[in-house]
Amino acid sequence: MSGMAPALIGIVLALSLAPVAPGVIARTKSLVAGRKGPPLLQGWYDIGKLLRKGAVISGTTTWLFRAGPVVGLAALLTALAVVPSMGAPALLAFPGDLVLLVLLLALTRFVTVLAALDTGSSFEGMGASREAAFSVPVEPALLLGLATLARGTGALSLSEMLGPAAGRAWLAMGPALALVGVSVFVLLLAENSRVPVDDPNTHLELTMIHEVMVLDHGGPDLALLEYAAALKLWLFEALLVGLLLPFHTGSLAADAAMFLTGMALVSVTVGLVESSMARLQLPRVPQLLLGATVLSGFSLILTLR
Amino acid sequence: MGTVLVALVLLAAGGVGSLAASSRPRLATWIGSGSCAAACTLGLLTAFSSLGRPPLSLRHPWEVPYGEFALEVDPLSSFFLLILFGLCLLAAVYGAAYLSRDRTPRPLGPSWFFFNLLVASMALVVMARNGILFLVAWEGMALSSFFLVTFEDDKPAVREAGRLYLIASHVGTAFLLALFVALAAATGSMDFDRWRSAAELSSPASAGLLFLLAVVGFGTKAGLVPFHVWLPEAHPAAPSHVSAVMSGVMIKMGIYGLLRALAFLGPPPPWWGATLLGLGVASALVGALFALVQQDIKRLLAYSSVENVGLITIGLGLGVIGRSYDLPALAALGFAGALLHLLNHALFKGVLFLGAGVIAQQAGTRQIDRLGGLLKKMPVTGACILAGSAAITALPPFNGFAGEFLLYLGSFHGVMALPGAQGLLPLAALVGLALAGSLAAACFLRFSGLSLLGLSRGDAASLARDPSAPMRFSMVALAVSCLLLGLAPGLPLLIVEPAAAAAVPGVVPAGTLAGSVELAGRIPKVFALLILLVVALAWCRRRLLSRRDVSVAVTWDCGYERPTPRMQYTASSFGEPIREMFAMLLPARRRVVPPEGFFPARASFQSEVVRPFQERLYGPAFDAVSRGMSRLRWLHHGRAQLYVLYIVVTLILMLSWFLASQKAPL
Repeated sequence: MSGMAPALIGIVLALSLAPVAPGVIARTKSLVAGRKGPPLLQGWYDIGKLLRKGAVISGTTTWLFRAGPVVGLAALLTALAVVPSMGAPALLAFPGDLVLLVLLLALTRFVTVLAALDTGSSFEGMGASREAAFSVPVEPALLLGLATLARGTGALSLSEMLGPAAGRAWLAMGPALALVGVSVFVLLLAENSRVPVDDPNTHLELTMIHEVMVLDHGGPDLALLEYAAALKLWLFEALLVGLLLPFHTGSLAADAAMFLTGMALVSVTVGLVESSMARLQLPRVPQLLLGATVLSGFSLILTLR
Repeated sequence: MGTVLVALVLLAAGGVGSLAASSRPRLATWIGSGSCAAACTLGLLTAFSSLGRPPLSLRHPWEVPYGEFALEVDPLSSFFLLILFGLCLLAAVYGAAYLSRDRTPRPLGPSWFFFNLLVASMALVVMARNGILFLVAWEGMALSSFFLVTFEDDKPAVREAGRLYLIASHVGTAFLLALFVALAAATGSMDFDRWRSAAELSSPASAGLLFLLAVVGFGTKAGLVPFHVWLPEAHPAAPSHVSAVMSGVMIKMGIYGLLRALAFLGPPPPWWGATLLGLGVASALVGALFALVQQDIKRLLAYSSVENVGLITIGLGLGVIGRSYDLPALAALGFAGALLHLLNHALFKGVLFLGAGVIAQQAGTRQIDRLGGLLKKMPVTGACILAGSAAITALPPFNGFAGEFLLYLGSFHGVMALPGAQGLLPLAALVGLALAGSLAAACFLRFSGLSLLGLSRGDAASLARDPSAPMRFSMVALAVSCLLLGLAPGLPLLIVEPAAAAAVPGVVPAGTLAGSVELAGRIPKVFALLILLVVALAWCRRRLLSRRDVSVAVTWDCGYERPTPRMQYTASSFGEPIREMFAMLLPARRRVVPPEGFFPARASFQSEVVRPFQERLYGPAFDAVSRGMSRLRWLHHGRAQLYVLYIVVTLILMLSWFLASQKAPL
């Protein structure tokens, strides 16, 4: 049972700290802008407030609208079981789990988009259309980046690819993995609707992708969606930290401290990116994502020599 | 073996009986669909009982030159027979109710005759072990499906689709004829068992030529790009249960043929695998992209069949590459992934076509921009279509996941194992799989989201409701099997593995390889966890809201009080960002009348996606052929004497050629 302890602690950390990551990003942005900023736990406060409310549901909707947040969150919670953290293997790690992760993310997107289309609103239709369109280059980019890692480490499981094996791969093919790192960071920004792809701060109608899809959700449904969004950010950050800090000391406390520092650093970096640049014009976004795909593909070709 | 023959006889008798009862449509339907359902049940029993047994075979002399009535059911045949009889059984049940609800009365007897003929000839195709018998069955399949496609022959579009289909099938068959004649010339026999030694008798160059003949001939039936142009025309034109059978089973006969041909042609050089992989990637991407911009829901599904045949062919390509570079893991994952995806595609494309048929019948239109809000009106059909859409997108926990999982694993294995430039092949497979996968996700979000959800965009759709019990039964059976095979992804491997081993000599079972073991191991557990979490969260949500104020209001539209159906996002706009990303491949024609002046009165916008294969490749090519043919028009005078003269001259020429060739050995 002691072998599973790090994995279980990793899941507990994710469940409890995921809503804090957006708080770190917001605090960074506030500090850069010279403001004090919201508390780090604002994410939890919001979720708590929403969970205590009732709901207003559009008469146009069907059961899919109510199922969307539930299935989406369930898929992300399941994904927690295959994404490693703290340099230790994940709970249900197996060769090929990277494909499962990509398709679980696709399941979340599928139900969120359907729930948005269920309202029959033109705004939510727009958000749904963009979410579907921007996912087209994201999936190949992620899989190609992971293929580079698979080739470098000789493993097919995320837990082995992002563990100590990745450290040895860094020595053998550092430049290729650096490209993968950049690509995964761009995907993190895109998949979590951060600047420069989308701006989560411009609320409601002015937001272009994620927030606009959830316009009609309220109360506990919105709480589930917010929590799912935080978990998705956490999953991508954990992938990036596993790639960039592939150390495993064996001491649980040291591993956890290093992992959490890495997570905080990634969040701060996202905050700095958001402070230093504006949202891209919408037609430019596919070019950015295509760039990430090309980087991933190029990293794989580098390793094929 | 006997039961399969009984099934074939039953199909023939039922077909003829239903033709005889043409004047009484209800009786014809009962005889036709009843005999088909009974024969399919018998066939299913045989196919199941032949699993894990030595191959059954039957040989009977036949007067046709070189022909022999040679049948055999090996694991590959029984794999295809299971899919064939399973889907045709449900399609026959559905079709009986579907055709009798048709608004314009059309003769049902011939339709059932050809349906039974189609089922019987497909069964013969997968059991035939003689070249002549195979070709006869192949031709029977092409002709019977042609008559099924042209069922609504009062519509010009249907007649045009039928003509294109007939031409395409026969061009494909011409290549097969050349292939079979060459194989017979090399081995001196039309017997499949003798053809297995064809590899030793022929040089690498001629084996390569035979491979290309097989790719074009069988690829045309399978709908591989660029031989696919008939598919998106013919499949939508047919009645929906026939479309389901054509997309679910009939085009897979091309894959079956390719597998058999690969077995005849011996150890493959790498370029064969590269060719198959290239065609597969091209089909997957072209199919997915064109599916995304279609207005007609059945045409959308037909393009998606092109995509899925592409995915299957990517699997075959990976398998062949694995054989040429001696990587048993890659070969096993490629072939098993291809066959597993083939089985899964039959199920989810079946339910999607049957569902699309219900939409077309109930809403009176197949234009996606006129649909909407159907999930409320027809909850059962809607749920089945949603399950099919999730399955075709390979989402957990549905059956599409397992096949794509094996294909992904295969390309990852290839990327990891092949050095240098060889690694570009599995890399291309990976890009193709991932890109086609995400495009298909967008396509089926568009299909299910805009036709089932929101508000109805047309008047006719407001009267729609769920269809009669037999039609519901067929759809629910397929949707439930999509879910069950998804929850137990190791189960279909039990029939896939022997089939792959029978198709490719020396292939190892894929289910024993790293990663794919998990289809029976950890993946079902992950899916169980997923379902458990869904149930738990849904329960929590219900508990939280049970004693609170949950009110119903209109959709939030930024303060505007009366949202109307016309304000919804349309399917065309939904797909537009992706069309723009791939504008090079999906050029659009636009006619814009911009609003002018201070009080603009008239403005309009029309856009239509160009069909480049028809307009830029085949259109000019066929025009050139018909121009060339018109040069020969002077031969046609219309006078009988001249035609008799032609015949006499031809006979004399042939006779002298024959005599000259007789003299040579003396």
